[in-house]
Amino acid sequence: MKRVAICAVAQHEIKGNIWYKRFQDMLLDILEDLQGETGFTFGGENGVKNVLTCSDDFFDARTISDNAVNDVVGAANYRGEQKMAQEGLNGIGYAMADILSGHDDVIYFAGHCKESLSASRNQIANMAYDPFYCRCLGMDYLNAAGLQARAYMEKTKITPEQLAQVVVRARQWASRNTYANEKTQLNLGDVMYSSVLCDPIRSLHAYPVSDGAVAMLLASEERAYEFTDNPIWITGFGNCMDDYFMGRRDLAASSALKKAAEQAYKMAGIKQPRKSVNLMEVMDCYAYQQPMWLEGLGLCDEGKGGDFINEYGPAKYNVNLSGGMLAGRPLMIGGLYGVAEAVLQLKGQANEHQAADVNCAVIQSTTGGAGQFQTVVVLER
Amino acid sequence: MNTCRNEISKDCFVVPGKMALPNQYFAGRVGSKFIISLRDSRKILGVRCPKCKSVYVPPLEYCEKDMTKIDENWVELGNEGVLTNYTVVNYRDAHLPRKVPYILGMVLLDGAETPFVHIVSGIEPENVEIGMRVKAVFADKTTNTILDIDHFAPVEE
Ligand SMILES: [Zn+2]
Repeated sequence: MKRVAICAVAQHEIKGNIWYKRFQDMLLDILEDLQGETGFTFGGENGVKNVLTCSDDFFDARTISDNAVNDVVGAANYRGEQKMAQEGLNGIGYAMADILSGHDDVIYFAGHCKESLSASRNQIANMAYDPFYCRCLGMDYLNAAGLQARAYMEKTKITPEQLAQVVVRARQWASRNTYANEKTQLNLGDVMYSSVLCDPIRSLHAYPVSDGAVAMLLASEERAYEFTDNPIWITGFGNCMDDYFMGRRDLAASSALKKAAEQAYKMAGIKQPRKSVNLMEVMDCYAYQQPMWLEGLGLCDEGKGGDFINEYGPAKYNVNLSGGMLAGRPLMIGGLYGVAEAVLQLKGQANEHQAADVNCAVIQSTTGGAGQFQTVVVLER
Repeated sequence: MNTCRNEISKDCFVVPGKMALPNQYFAGRVGSKFIISLRDSRKILGVRCPKCKSVYVPPLEYCEKDMTKIDENWVELGNEGVLTNYTVVNYRDAHLPRKVPYILGMVLLDGAETPFVHIVSGIEPENVEIGMRVKAVFADKTTNTILDIDHFAPVEE
């Protein structure tokens, strides 16, 4: 089978409020970083002719949000451009389809999101719901997660202390990651007694408001070595959508994630993820989600997220050595930051938070209320 | 790594904005019937799939399990049910319809097989319990939304 490589990645530092820099400037900086590393150009015989972007109209407060960034992603001057108006990790599937179908052999992919542009990201999430059944109740991703958190905690009996451990560990790893947003160190009590945000979710269980941008260069196997000596291969991809109405889902089981993971593992030829996977990047917007998504990904027994934490599961599988969402990543591109982190780890370029012997990494992302839509990518070196 | 090359913010400013886009949205044929029933008859309707017996509330035109067209197969559900899950909204925000703290719960109506989300009121958050019986309290004024049920309140024992 033909293979698709991620040649290189570039990340903008994530911060809580980059008001002093337009997202166009953020994209231009990471584009130049990536060109500096790989030497790629646009147009001509061997240059990039097709570009993929990821952004959200509501966050950018304008429709056709990709319109505003054409020039800083190299798409101006009559090149192809497609926008992923979805969690960015799905763009990896788009880019793979572009390359595997023979449409093109090199794709530049850049995503941005500044959550700080809106007065409230919860208001934006509220607009993801229909107007007469859910939006009018004030539903948003935070209170949807509040419902899921209770369902998960009832099922697994995971303790407040175990949830606090997830957050404390995320901040510890974030302090070693140049790009991470929130590096303030916490102790268990800080998390366990932080103010109640949406019971049972406390304020330090929730990811901080974040601004950022990520870019990467993808290429066919034939061309990857023009841009790097150590390409990282996309060996698995899967995604799956669960029911829109939360009452029609098993909220504590993440069935959609199991299906997405099944597809991705099958494509990658992974029969036993616990034996094959050395590194995980999961989209833990809220503390309970880290163990819950790891259950869905098959790294942890169903309903045993609490025991998994006690038994140092997150350390064993190198879960979120970047700090993950809990250290701050914007919605829309949380999964792309996960890819960027995994690529650096697989290349051995993660500096102070580099894990030993990483050969196979899994990245998970989600969007929609309470993990409705799930995406899984497998990367190998 | 060269990010954040230019962070000079002297004499720079942000432009505040506010999006307000009046619009309309079709409630759909089954959605219209469902809400008209709440509004005019104070009855909560669902649809039942004759093939797999699933009951949907809010209603669907097609069964999502077997694609059977079910929009003619209305059933009246009870106005009471059981609270199966809840969260207490404790942050202030403009899109929230109630003063916080307020309770969002999942209510399994008598005769239904899956719960749906609604507001639970008339009880202090610390006294809420999963499994408690709740009943629909209908709104005095219609909004033509599911808020024609104003909230669910505990059933007095
Ligand atoms: Zn059916």
